[in-house]
Amino acid sequence: MFGWEFPPHISGGLGTACYGLIQGMNIHKQEVIFVVPKLWGDEEPVADFVNASGVTVDYRERRFKKLWKNLTYLEVNSFLVPYLGPKAFKKYTDYAIHDRTDVDESVFSTNYQFSGKYGKNLMEEVSRYALVGAQIARDRSDFDIIHAHDWLAYPAGIAAKEMSGKPLVVHVHATEYDRSGESVNFPVFEIERAGMHAADHVVAVSQLTKNICVRKYGIPPEKVTVLHNAVLDASIITSTYQKKVPEKIVTFLGRITYQKGPEYFVEAAKKVIDRDPNVRFVMAGSGDLLNKMVDRVAELRMGTKFHFTGFLKGDDVDHMYAISDVYVMPSVSEPFGIAPLEAVRHNTPVIISKQSGVAEVLNNAIKIDFWDVDAMADAIFGLLHYQGIARMFTELGADELKKLKWEHVAAKLVTVYEKTLAQRA
Amino acid sequence: MRTVCFYFQVHQPYRLKPYRFFDIGEDHYYWNDYLNRNVIQKAAQKCYLPMNSLLLELIQRYQGRFKVAFSISGTFLDQMEAYAPDVLESFQRLVATGHVELLNETYSHSLAALKSKDEFFALVHKHQDRIKELFNGYSPRVFRNTELIYSDDIGAMVAELGYQGMLTEGAKHILGWKSPNYVYSNAKNPKLKILLKNFRLSDDIAFRFGDNTWGDYPLTTDKFVNWLNALPKEEPVVNLFMDYETFGEHQWAETGIFDFMRHLPEAIFTQSNFTFSTPLEVVAALSPVSNIHVPTPISWADEERDLTAWLGNDMQDEAFDRLYELEKKIRKIKDPALLRDWEYLQTSDHFYYICTKFFSDGSVHEYFSPYDTPYDAFINYMNVLSDFILRVEAAPSK
Repeated sequence: MFGWEFPPHISGGLGTACYGLIQGMNIHKQEVIFVVPKLWGDEEPVADFVNASGVTVDYRERRFKKLWKNLTYLEVNSFLVPYLGPKAFKKYTDYAIHDRTDVDESVFSTNYQFSGKYGKNLMEEVSRYALVGAQIARDRSDFDIIHAHDWLAYPAGIAAKEMSGKPLVVHVHATEYDRSGESVNFPVFEIERAGMHAADHVVAVSQLTKNICVRKYGIPPEKVTVLHNAVLDASIITSTYQKKVPEKIVTFLGRITYQKGPEYFVEAAKKVIDRDPNVRFVMAGSGDLLNKMVDRVAELRMGTKFHFTGFLKGDDVDHMYAISDVYVMPSVSEPFGIAPLEAVRHNTPVIISKQSGVAEVLNNAIKIDFWDVDAMADAIFGLLHYQGIARMFTELGADELKKLKWEHVAAKLVTVYEKTLAQRA
Repeated sequence: MRTVCFYFQVHQPYRLKPYRFFDIGEDHYYWNDYLNRNVIQKAAQKCYLPMNSLLLELIQRYQGRFKVAFSISGTFLDQMEAYAPDVLESFQRLVATGHVELLNETYSHSLAALKSKDEFFALVHKHQDRIKELFNGYSPRVFRNTELIYSDDIGAMVAELGYQGMLTEGAKHILGWKSPNYVYSNAKNPKLKILLKNFRLSDDIAFRFGDNTWGDYPLTTDKFVNWLNALPKEEPVVNLFMDYETFGEHQWAETGIFDFMRHLPEAIFTQSNFTFSTPLEVVAALSPVSNIHVPTPISWADEERDLTAWLGNDMQDEAFDRLYELEKKIRKIKDPALLRDWEYLQTSDHFYYICTKFFSDGSVHEYFSPYDTPYDAFINYMNVLSDFILRVEAAPSK
């Protein structure tokens, strides 16, 4: 398996999902080689970890040079150079292509130190990671199938498949359409498309995501299997942390970005506060839309009832869930969305958008369209005031949670592997 | 009569500590003691102590022919008492010479004049009492509103309180062709005389003194006196109004600002027929040439000389309106801790930090703000205010 991050060093849900999946695979006695760009040394030893930063790429291998040429092409395409005229841009890219594709043996001679983050050299790291993927596939024969998680690892998966001839499964945890709406970053889209097409089979984290693979990336539906995410721990968390304010609390917790639909939460808050002033709304997290949300809250004159906490970590996240009376996830496009399940673990009733994968597995939640702020406001008001429904949701939600096990996901994945290998044979 | 009138503003706010959402309802202490103490003590070394001792030296040398006026906000007086008693003593020594005038303002450097007459009067009286208490019964006769904010209505309120004069900005858009170097009167109550800041000559010292890209750099006393002499002979008064932190803080000692001030009186006495006067002396000596119409409030801030540094964007207006909504309830409360927070929360600086005029005057704003962005400032202020509202609602009425 090729991933990009692994607990405890994670910045999103990808690493956690990989961890859960490996746990599940271990139950089914599947041996997993897990490659990450950078190992920190404090990862739980659940798999045969390979640190990509420690792999030396053998420059004598001719096939690598061809691979590097193709990858560099992608990379050059991703250069975002503003304010260059067409001529200047051509000169620039010619130079870049020439410079980078010339047989540059320094590229191969030393180990490349990956940051494993999502920084400005991301595209370069993705390409280098692919070379490492090729090297590992050439060196090792103790694997049957290749599994790449999300676009960052697709080039590595493709390279490994080319080297080894073994089948490739790509795992779509999110797509560029989820992250950016219709204004997609083209090079990323290209990598995603190439990965899905090169794959022998595609795994999507929800039906919603499968539909995007089919409609936007042109993948035949029979080539895509839906494997919903699960939770590592379904136990109910009883916190001793006490709320300090008399009002009820309605919470949004996540990145404050387009994908998460924060503006719909703000608009719904206004509608609720107008009807019931004894409510506080909290937007926990940070992101590029934070300042816009702050402005809007001020404009709607609800600054003393709508609060921003900034990015929360550690105990603060648990405290936030613990003091929330309703949790809302109004995502515009959410491939899965694990956060509402965390809320359920804290006995907090949840409202989720129909445009989220988690809506496919969580029945005891109110589901609304992300754009329908009236429905969202009604749902918030209802859960705050009609204790019966709130109680029912928390009880039944907890039961549903117990069924969402990585063990079951892994079992389905094993079936996918078997079918894929059978098709090859 | 030709005279120069120096007035220095001395103010520091009680800055808020980082106050989180999780603190609401539990933590009722809002102030960043560490930062506030640091700012005062640092400024004391760089500005207040050396400048006070220079002024004392000049007053003694010229035996009363050199004189200045201060307006010292209540939040500054309180912090001085707590963090820098030596600075307070040096101000007391200056006032005791009899050649230093103190002006009245609102106790907590508040914008109340724009919102509530009752609150405005209450804060003016509190400041008055505080000055009496700290400066041996001193009673100011001239008024200076927060940030020199002035309008016909505010002037009328100040006249009602019995003040003889009031200071404000010589804003171009209210003066038109008129000169700031005369005494004017309030449009609603002509008994109140208005002194206008000569912003060109004031800012030559306050803003441009150390700027080596300025065409007139370096500013010498000779040059400055030449400019004074070049003013039309019939114009009687040049009002030089500025922040006291100009000396040593905004203009570092290395710029030569202290030397400039040390030699300015001598240059004025020997090379011109100008004298020095305090605002009260100017008001007593000169009759107004006309009244001045200021239907919408002006201030001394930024290029616009309006209120937009403190009010006008949605965040500022929201914070401001939510705060003053509490006034009626506050009147019924006698808890001194709550009242103190109410006053300190009114300080104009909190609203200044929320200003989003980044691209025109933002650099000046950033220099003065303890926050990274105006959004951070708003979030922090609103968290504090939310807790304060809970306390006001829970407080027993008297």
